[in-house]
Amino acid sequence: MPRLPGETMISIDKLNKWFGDFHVLKDIDLDVAQGQRIVLCGPSGSGKSTLIRCLNGLETFEKGRVNVVGVELTRASATIRQARQQVGMVFQSFNLFPHLSVINNLLIAPRLTGSRNMGEVRDYAMHLLERVRIADQAGKYPSELSGGQQQRVAIARALCMRPRVMLFDEPTSALDPEMIKEVLDVMVDLGRDGMTMIAVTHEMGFARTIADSVVFMDAGRIVETAPPASFFDNPQSERAQRFLKTILH
Amino acid sequence: MSSFLQNFANLDTFVAVLPLLLQGLFITVGLALVALPLALLCGLLIALLFEVGSRPLTAGLFVLIDTFRSIPVLVLLMIIFYALPFLGVVVPAFGAVVAALVINNAGYYGEIFRAGLGSVPRHQHEAGLALGISRPRVLLFIIVPQAVRNVIAPLASNSLELAKATSIASLVTLPEMLRVAQVAQANVYNPTPLVGAALIYFIVLWPFSRLVARYERRTLRARY
Repeated sequence: MPRLPGETMISIDKLNKWFGDFHVLKDIDLDVAQGQRIVLCGPSGSGKSTLIRCLNGLETFEKGRVNVVGVELTRASATIRQARQQVGMVFQSFNLFPHLSVINNLLIAPRLTGSRNMGEVRDYAMHLLERVRIADQAGKYPSELSGGQQQRVAIARALCMRPRVMLFDEPTSALDPEMIKEVLDVMVDLGRDGMTMIAVTHEMGFARTIADSVVFMDAGRIVETAPPASFFDNPQSERAQRFLKTILH
Repeated sequence: MSSFLQNFANLDTFVAVLPLLLQGLFITVGLALVALPLALLCGLLIALLFEVGSRPLTAGLFVLIDTFRSIPVLVLLMIIFYALPFLGVVVPAFGAVVAALVINNAGYYGEIFRAGLGSVPRHQHEAGLALGISRPRVLLFIIVPQAVRNVIAPLASNSLELAKATSIASLVTLPEMLRVAQVAQANVYNPTPLVGAALIYFIVLWPFSRLVARYERRTLRARY
């Protein structure tokens, strides 16, 4: 189905990537429309993290086209930077800047990318910290926060650049079980507010609550794309069936 | 014991040479204050050039660092002060000492900073880049501050070494503190001036060590 121009946030066309001889991504095609919430899942080594890292230039690719919020990705650093400013990313290991307080973790990117009105940015940053329910910790350092709190700060930090798309790379995999929910809640909120998101995660509850579609990858290929209910209850491909069996024990 | 004190810590001698020692201290501090920031800056620059990751550049830097570090700083000073004039380059004594100290220490600081940059995890670069910050800015404002914290102790001890190495200035007859003490010792037939100089070194440098230690403690929570 053709989409109106401007509606597509991310468009991936025949994307191929190799690590040396290893063919990690094979002919990936994926379009993500504005407001769409995609959950990417699959066995480890299937290429899902590599795929979303290609979307903000943390990985390069050898063949195919990637268009991110109207920016056609090339190897030119200015182009990649332009795309990155439209795309927020949340990492498995939080990756907060340990030498900066929580509030400065949010402010450093606007500051270093030349935001004019820092007073306004600061207000927005405080608003985001409230939104991820951590405003009372604004003056603390990351090492003084729990993993769940750190990940919520990381989400706020990404949002502070006002991205059009958010990428999540296994955002809850490094968390203790009791902290997973507080992070997922923030992500669900974000999705309900209409944020376009792609999340690499195995949290099925999250996928069922918020995802428009689940994209299942195996061995560098997209094997199956389906709405969460039908994917989890009635997977079509044999590989997806096997995968779901293993994560359900 | 009393003859020991008589010889090594003779109060009268100490009081007599103290004004001279303080004059020498003035030059010592001047040398350190000029050479230290320059050497730190050159060291950081060398370490940052390693980050560029170009093979020929890295190889060239290694040659440079190894050369600078393996030439004794005294010889370096001799070359700058006594040999360069034959090539038509006359460097004043103060400038020659500063140059020798900077060239020698840039190699040491370069290696310390390089270790510091290497100690910051790769994903810190990625976090900065993913936010749309340019690579040089990520390096300068996100990686370098963390790197410096991780190597503050070796930086401080190398800086103490540099401060004391200013005494090589005596070679080019610059009357810094140790030179003054040596001359005074020869005049009073008594090593007290040297002990006095050591005491003054300690009084000046010890607060620096404590300050660094305090900084280390204070920044502990702002790390991993």
